[in-house]
Amino acid sequence: MVNKMNIDFTEVEKKFELEVRAFFQNELPSEVKLAIESGMRLTKQQRVLYQQALFRKGWAGVNWPVEHGGTGWSAAQKYIFYNESANANAPRVIPFGLFMVAPVIYTFGNKEQQQRFLPDILSSKVWWCQGYSEPNAGSDLAAIKTKAVKQDNNYIVNGVKTWTTLAHLADWIFCLVRTDDSGKKQQGISFMLIDMKSPGVSVKPIITLDGLREVNEVFFEDVVVPKENLIGEEGKGWTYAKVLLTHERTNIAGVALSKQRLTQLYQMLNQPSSGLTDLTQNSVFMAKVLLTEVELKALEYTELRVLSAVSTGKAPGPESSILKIKGTEIQQKLDELYLEMAGIYALPYVPEQYDDEGIEPTGPFFAANTAPHYYNNRKVTIFGGTNEIQKNIIAKQVLGL
Amino acid sequence: MDFALNDIQQMLQDSAAKFIQSDYGFEKRQHFVGSELGFNPKNWSLFADLGWLALPFSESYGGLEGSIIDLMVLQTELGKGLITEPYFANVILAGNVIQRHGSEEQKMDLLGSLIAGELKLALAAQETASLSELTNISTKAEKQRSSYQLNGFKPVVLGAVSANKIIVLARTSGEFGNSEGLSLLLVNPDQQGVSLNKYVTNDGNQAADITFKDVCIPFSEVVGIADTAFEAVRKVYNDAIVAISAEAVGVMEKLLSATVEYCKVRKQFDQPIGNFQVLQHRMADMFMECEQAKSMLYYAAIAVDSDDNADKAVSLLKIKIGAAGTAVGQSAVQLHGGMGVSDELDVGHYFKRISMINVLFGSYDDHLNQLVKQYQT
Ligand SMILES: Cc1cc2nc3c(=O)[nH]c(=O)nc-3n(C[C@H](O)[C@H](O)[C@H](O)COP(=O)(O)OP(=O)(O)OC[C@H]3O[C@@H](n4cnc5c(N)ncnc54)[C@H](O)[C@@H]3O)c2cc1C
Repeated sequence: MVNKMNIDFTEVEKKFELEVRAFFQNELPSEVKLAIESGMRLTKQQRVLYQQALFRKGWAGVNWPVEHGGTGWSAAQKYIFYNESANANAPRVIPFGLFMVAPVIYTFGNKEQQQRFLPDILSSKVWWCQGYSEPNAGSDLAAIKTKAVKQDNNYIVNGVKTWTTLAHLADWIFCLVRTDDSGKKQQGISFMLIDMKSPGVSVKPIITLDGLREVNEVFFEDVVVPKENLIGEEGKGWTYAKVLLTHERTNIAGVALSKQRLTQLYQMLNQPSSGLTDLTQNSVFMAKVLLTEVELKALEYTELRVLSAVSTGKAPGPESSILKIKGTEIQQKLDELYLEMAGIYALPYVPEQYDDEGIEPTGPFFAANTAPHYYNNRKVTIFGGTNEIQKNIIAKQVLGL
Repeated sequence: MDFALNDIQQMLQDSAAKFIQSDYGFEKRQHFVGSELGFNPKNWSLFADLGWLALPFSESYGGLEGSIIDLMVLQTELGKGLITEPYFANVILAGNVIQRHGSEEQKMDLLGSLIAGELKLALAAQETASLSELTNISTKAEKQRSSYQLNGFKPVVLGAVSANKIIVLARTSGEFGNSEGLSLLLVNPDQQGVSLNKYVTNDGNQAADITFKDVCIPFSEVVGIADTAFEAVRKVYNDAIVAISAEAVGVMEKLLSATVEYCKVRKQFDQPIGNFQVLQHRMADMFMECEQAKSMLYYAAIAVDSDDNADKAVSLLKIKIGAAGTAVGQSAVQLHGGMGVSDELDVGHYFKRISMINVLFGSYDDHLNQLVKQYQT
């Protein structure tokens, strides 16, 4: 038999699709569903409620191996899951625990660490944040200076982490720290888990362009960290971190979410809110929308190709940089299209409108969020390794330049 | 042919640049953005003293007879300071429309007080984002025995929060969509039936959505001759596009210089990031966009000044400003890395302003589409 190229789902996969759809219809906690439907910003508590619903269904560890409570899903199943999740307008899972630190713990942690940390991550009981970047170590991550000095059975940690997303809501932080500064920069870095409640840890907000608090500076002053919290070997942190980064990048692409946003954009264009210009009559705008659709469709297939290579046993290599670059460019293009659609109603800055249902919206409800979202989302081409750095990776590691 | 500034323009540029550099720091600005008024009232008196409030008006009303080119020079400098004082709303929109359409008496009275810094005005014209829909005015003023009765809604009125009087474009006769039958009415914001929903805008300015419910407007408050206001509004919009584009050029120049400076001092991989060639090329692109935008600005300002094919010229200008502003703004943020999206640094605020300028007075898409359509019919 000749293998024909296709993306058809098998009968089993079709059944799976219905099951996922039913889950999002019936088992999304009603409080969360209501908040989403009315366009409100979700609280941490609501996000926990949602992630715990996934957990109860056994679907929290999408990428995790089965032995640690993961789904063990095929590439096709993951694809189906993300599409259904986006179609249902379900929130994005906060990635730091489930997508970022967990793979490091189940791949490089010891048995005891796995038993200690993984269950609480899977059930979203414990919240994590990522302590990589420092004021002088952004793109040049290996330049980190936060020091961990061994003292008896502990490390004493001193330093500053910055841009730490959601640190103010996190229970734990996973950090890259310097345990040795005698050799090459990349050597001497270790991967360490730190309880945010430890004495000497303090968190200071950084306000982003949308006027909101999402990122922070995290200060460590003589923080005592038990040596059991070191993952793997001392000095191997750089290797572990790099593994994690490919997961992070694939996750940042957000293809399913962009598809959903594009679908919604078309719907809104077909029924413009009162006071808005009918942009379907604007061929310049429509050409931009369609060009975005072209890029997104191509990326969807690129992602499928990358994922199916993974499922047949290959690791996501430096190609994951394509997903990050193109995925974030498309997200930002969508932001521009939404901003355009809001017209002059993009001007009012009324963030309260999305926290408190009692507030009368200014213009169409969605409009006031388009500019803050556009501003804030400039971050996606910056974090997870800037898009310039991703292109360096493609040039060096894929093209061999 | 001469692109050099004349003596008066040079003086204007110098005094504005000095004001921005010595009196208008970013921190001070942010302090006033958070205040109720949204700007520093002392600056308003200073603008009056410096003659900026008088710039485009005729001598007969106390003005300086400045041209659109003079306004352009001033606006570019003010753009570099990201000012939130409602200069644009008062002088370039509201004062301008009074000068173009008001009766002698109204000009004497209103422009005189505006120039003195005692009266603030706002223009409430547009009802949707597309400039091609500028005649689509649903706000209506019905003629009664001794007054008009005004009903309607005006979104995002710039300068409305501090205005003592609002100039409202309303239909007084004719069909929806016609350019005839539109009038400008002077409305007191405290008047019965007027309600303002005030807010800060995404670029740190202030604006309001205004609802009019059975508001009684005496005939004396009609600006100039009723039913014939549209032409004046359209001309004001052409001036407005030049003036806001001039501001945009100032904003872009700041974005460029801030980015170049940052790339010289920010070090990663043991060297200034400005050493990396991709970033150098990106800044070279930003530079070229700034220069092209400035050239387009000169072209359109001259076209408007001499009333030579002005409508098309301002559309071409707004398209260039939209494209250049987006590219320069986004590059500036990207090259600053995380610092670019932080509220603490000024660069993000320049980016916010340039993004909102694209939304105002017809976007890139809107103007380009209007031009495309002219070839389709
Ligand atoms: C909203 C937000 C959330 C974040 N969340 C987290 C988090 O939770 N945890 C965490 O650890 N970090 C987080 N980060 C930090 C993020 O990973 C860094 O901002 C990023 O790595 C870039 O570093 P930088 O900001 O220092 O920019 P820089 O490294 O200073 O880069 C500035 C510019 O120089 C360019 N550049 C640098 N080096 C090169 C080169 N070799 N070649 C070409 N161009 C180059 C960059 O592409 C960029 O355009 C977050 C950042 C943001 C904005």
